[in-house]
Amino acid sequence: MTDGKKVKSYKNQILSSSEKGVAFATLTPLYGMNSKKLKEGAATAVFALAACVSILAVALICIFLFANGIPGMSKIGILNFITGTAWKPGNNIFGIMPMILGSIYVTAGALIIGVPAGILTAMFLSRFASASRVRILQPAVALLAGIPSVVYGFFGLIVIVPAIREVFGGSGTSMLAASILLGIMILPTIITISESALNAAPQSYYEGALALGATHERAVFKIILPAAKSGVTASIILGVGRAIGEAMAVMMVAGNQARLPEGIFKGVRTLTSNIVMEMGYAADLHREALIATAVVLFVFILIINMLFSVLNRRVKS
Amino acid sequence: MMTQKIEAAGARALVYTGTLFTVTILLGVVGYILIKGIPNLSLNLFAWEYSTENVSLMPALINTILMTLLSLIFAAPLGIFAAIYLAEYAKRGNKLVKLVRITAETLSGIPSIIYGLFGLLFFVTALGLGMSLLAGALTLSIMILPLIMRTTEEALIAVPVEYREGSFGLGAGRLRTVFKVVMPSAIPGILAGIILAIGRIVGETAALIYTAGTVAKVPDSLLDSTRTLSVHMYSLASEGLYTDQAYATAAVLLVIVVGINALSAYIAKRIAGRSYG
Repeated sequence: MTDGKKVKSYKNQILSSSEKGVAFATLTPLYGMNSKKLKEGAATAVFALAACVSILAVALICIFLFANGIPGMSKIGILNFITGTAWKPGNNIFGIMPMILGSIYVTAGALIIGVPAGILTAMFLSRFASASRVRILQPAVALLAGIPSVVYGFFGLIVIVPAIREVFGGSGTSMLAASILLGIMILPTIITISESALNAAPQSYYEGALALGATHERAVFKIILPAAKSGVTASIILGVGRAIGEAMAVMMVAGNQARLPEGIFKGVRTLTSNIVMEMGYAADLHREALIATAVVLFVFILIINMLFSVLNRRVKS
Repeated sequence: MMTQKIEAAGARALVYTGTLFTVTILLGVVGYILIKGIPNLSLNLFAWEYSTENVSLMPALINTILMTLLSLIFAAPLGIFAAIYLAEYAKRGNKLVKLVRITAETLSGIPSIIYGLFGLLFFVTALGLGMSLLAGALTLSIMILPLIMRTTEEALIAVPVEYREGSFGLGAGRLRTVFKVVMPSAIPGILAGIILAIGRIVGETAALIYTAGTVAKVPDSLLDSTRTLSVHMYSLASEGLYTDQAYATAAVLLVIVVGINALSAYIAKRIAGRSYG
């Protein structure tokens, strides 16, 4: 290695470290330079490769889902598949409109229950509660987020379903049961994200409102809540993503009849439960139709995630 | 003035009602599962063998531990290395970094049933692993990868830049700085993330029924089908024959997962309270 090259490599090192905001250059001793450089280079490559695994994973998931789902979808006819209102695997009729509507209705029901309670709890935590109450409530909300979905499903099966059967008759496994259960399950998501959005709202807005004679409550509802609008919306979108993607808990309480939803006391089947219920024994076109169901679900989720990250970026800026 | 007072009281009542609703639900779910479950606990539930007469949760519990260890063996090094790259090596505005972040964000939003289906198509069928401990663990390791990446990166970024400057100033290279100076300070944060990932693995069902299967036996090899505690719980609940045992199993599962999450939160809180310097 000539001296000129050495100087150059030093310069590179100085440049790359100062780019990271590290002001000091790496003052490597001159001896042992080559083996050290080799080690550094190898390590960088290993770390970069590890970072690429998530790219690889998303690529593989897309390739395998689409490659296995699209052929089935085109055999059935994309329009027939998506808008078809009958799902009869025995007769080779595959229309997933009932499941699309089932997922949408159940999610909407979950929002009706989870959003008001979630936002109000977030407002309490952010602007009403004393520090000692926050210390108790915050871990409690985290606890609610950690409960596995089978345990929620089991709770729905032994508490919510019988209660609906008692009060409204019928079997109890219904759209209502699934909506209530999902509403509970999305609560922690909505609470934690809304709370941090409310906490991030500028204090000067609040003080300004008080100075103009507003009560604490009015300042929170009319000034702080609108200021945190993007973050609160983001929490709702994330809640929608969780509700649409939830499989086990919904399947345990929703009844799972593959027909157009007939009312809140009747059973529904969602996209997720359609996959879980039938994947175990499906073959040929039936199997492809189930993978195609997952493709539709995947596209829904991608759209929701995109909306979420756009809103999140707006919150951060 | 009067209407303002009434309005304020109304708003306050609304907020309190919403909070009360959340608290009631929390106490309701946790309380009900524990009250119904704990009296049904018995030593038989922890017998070594599962049979239709005695639906022991012991094999499932052992399988859960195996599944967790195996998933972490894959995901933890990958996630930590990826985070080191993002936090310590990558230059700002790097296209690769942007793509890594977008894909990691995408991964964390994918529902577990999609992971399960992908695992079935890729690990079980295309790679020919069959429904097995290995296929399940590989599927889960992709699922928890973004979580480990994010928590590790946050832990690394929280280490003050002066530590690195000091290390560079003493002549250490970047690699040595990362492993000898930055990582030791970031260990608690990384650990909190890994424990959180364990909680997700233990609670997972949908990603496992079609990748690891439902055999209630401790596997002889990595290629044997197994059921974890959550899948076991699902089987008990959907078969509907063993209600008492299902209550007890739900309580055990709840206590384990909540305990794991609490441990993670405790470690994370201790770091937050710690000052560098």
